[in-house]
Amino acid sequence: MNRRIITALLAAGALGAATAQAEVIVGVTLGATGPGASLGIHYKNAFQLMPKTLGGQPVKYIILEDGSDATNAGKNARKLISEDNADVVMGSNGVPSSLQIAQVATETQTPFLCLTPINVKPDQYKWTFSVPQPTELMMSAVAEHMKEHGVKTVGFIGFSDAWGDLMYKATQHWADKYGYKVVTDERYARADTSVTGQILKIMAANPDAVVVGGSGTGGALPHIALVDRGYKGLIYHNHGTVNAEFIKVGGKKVEGAIAPTGPLIVPEELPATNPVKKVALEFTTRYEKTFGAGTRNGFAGYSADAVRLLAAAIPEAVKKAKPGTPQFRAALRDALEHVKNVVGTHGVYNLTPQNHNGEDERARVLVHVENGQWRLMK
Amino acid sequence: MNADIFLWLVQDGVTNGAIYALLALALLLVFAVTRVIFVPQGEFITYAGLSLALLESGRTPGTIYILAIGGLVAALIDAVAALRDRAWRRLPRIAALYILLPIGVALLVAWAAPRKFDHWVQVLLVLAMVVPLGPIVYRIAYQPLASASVLVLFIVSMAVHYVLAGLSLVFFGGEGLRSSPFWDAHFKLGVMDLSAQSLFVIGASALLIVALWLLFEHTIYGKALRATAINRVGARLVGIRTALTGQISFLLAAFIGAVSGILISSITTLYYDTGFLIGLKGFVGAILGGMASYPLAALGALVLGLLESFSSFWASAFKEVIVFTSIIPMLVWLSVRSRHVEEEEEE
Repeated sequence: MNRRIITALLAAGALGAATAQAEVIVGVTLGATGPGASLGIHYKNAFQLMPKTLGGQPVKYIILEDGSDATNAGKNARKLISEDNADVVMGSNGVPSSLQIAQVATETQTPFLCLTPINVKPDQYKWTFSVPQPTELMMSAVAEHMKEHGVKTVGFIGFSDAWGDLMYKATQHWADKYGYKVVTDERYARADTSVTGQILKIMAANPDAVVVGGSGTGGALPHIALVDRGYKGLIYHNHGTVNAEFIKVGGKKVEGAIAPTGPLIVPEELPATNPVKKVALEFTTRYEKTFGAGTRNGFAGYSADAVRLLAAAIPEAVKKAKPGTPQFRAALRDALEHVKNVVGTHGVYNLTPQNHNGEDERARVLVHVENGQWRLMK
Repeated sequence: MNADIFLWLVQDGVTNGAIYALLALALLLVFAVTRVIFVPQGEFITYAGLSLALLESGRTPGTIYILAIGGLVAALIDAVAALRDRAWRRLPRIAALYILLPIGVALLVAWAAPRKFDHWVQVLLVLAMVVPLGPIVYRIAYQPLASASVLVLFIVSMAVHYVLAGLSLVFFGGEGLRSSPFWDAHFKLGVMDLSAQSLFVIGASALLIVALWLLFEHTIYGKALRATAINRVGARLVGIRTALTGQISFLLAAFIGAVSGILISSITTLYYDTGFLIGLKGFVGAILGGMASYPLAALGALVLGLLESFSSFWASAFKEVIVFTSIIPMLVWLSVRSRHVEEEEEE
């Protein structure tokens, strides 16, 4: 399906190249294969639903596959910018891939809308904008909930990769403010056949709550092992874990799992006053109509929000320069830095030169598994 | 660490080690008979585990397409060879083995999937789907190159691995799946809390190992396999068809892979690419056992399981590092001991 779109776009591109470029070219690199496939497929799916004009300008999306490999992601970004003359790049699933693209973006002075939460300083990575909620923002919801429930000690178990590191740092980040101590830093791999050793160590430390830094169905393994060993405390996950497959794999054993996530997972349950409700509900409905009931997920929302940010910035940028020129890329970057009150599927974005994400508490809700479904926590 | 934790870790290590032992035996068998380092062994684990999980939820696993199309390709290759030799009598056998059997199984599974039969029926269906893939893979990828060097066969293995893993992503999707346990109970044995599922895994592995031993010692096919492993040319001289022994070894490898997959899918979440890593650990186990003797390979795999379980307790972030580093001393020893053999190969 995607290949057909790409081919069509490439053909259209070849025709259009002769005439002056009037459309904005969005270069996307994603890994719908390889170890990050379970996330990449969703990110990629979302682009099928994206509008063909943004801010009054025709837009062409060029989507390349990087196989969840950081080197490939970097190469793809370079190719998109130098060969396809992309005005803006987006991508990829996975922190290492995204950091590679951020390097390329800085070097080539191309705005980069990062679809993975990466922790880079705007003054260093001037051209990089991170669309997803920072992990600290997400984990602050967990930290508040832990404080309310008198949690003093926290056991951590996460992936032995960059995502696990990010989640550990985010959990650690709020430890002082909310008065808890992280007592274990256990790691496992998505493909592990058992986490018994790690769980035994956590059980020996006997923490009041456990934070699982995995993603997707990978978060289920430690949760099931904890329940099997009779752990009675609270078990928290993160926004990477919130999807229907997690519950399918975990079944009854993951009942009661708590996780922070963007509002688009539970738009139906949001109060009518919530500014995100309308956009999130509309996107979720369209996504599930195209890809099947129960396929809603946060990742597709990041793609959608990146496009929304772009739509808000393009009108400002076209006033200054024509698409396809370095001046346009610079103008686009400046415009992105100043978008205000852009309502996305995940939250409300207010970007500044110091804050290249711009989301606030409205971009996070706590959900838990209740009767085999993710439900909003009241 | 107290006795309780120690016993848990041993139980966990032995359970995983039992599965690695099965895989180590399969890899060793295939290597001895065909000199193929069978990297795609792990894909049989994935196919079996994920197919079982899909059957449980009443969906038709994509494995049936791989089986049917693979069968057709194998039939085509064999039929062309038969026509070239003008050996018409071979055609009915080819049609039965590579066309009727795979398509029959595929139709049966497609019919049975939405009906959600008993767990054991589903296990049999999975075996019927995955086991024929072994000979089919051998026929398509390895038999034409049977006399190539170990290195060429290894490169072919990598290619087959990528093809099968890619198909796995297409047919099973990127998210993980898990099948329900065979036996969800716990026993108290003194201080030790045994889970029935791990006893089941260990029991099934032990049974399979004994069955393999009986096969090698007491059946004509098993003896033919051993003869081919000891000396290919000699085996041909006494009338053993090495193409047949190759197919039998792949059949056994697929069977062992499928059983491992069925066992493991109930204790962990399987992804489309998980099998590779599990197979790799079986391979490490075989190397720890010196890549020559079956009992040593099984022992090596068991040691690996324990090493993995204890290192995940003490230093979980370095678990894989510890597990895969453990083969280096063994490799050094092997290469020191068998230097002249390698030189022979290079000539």
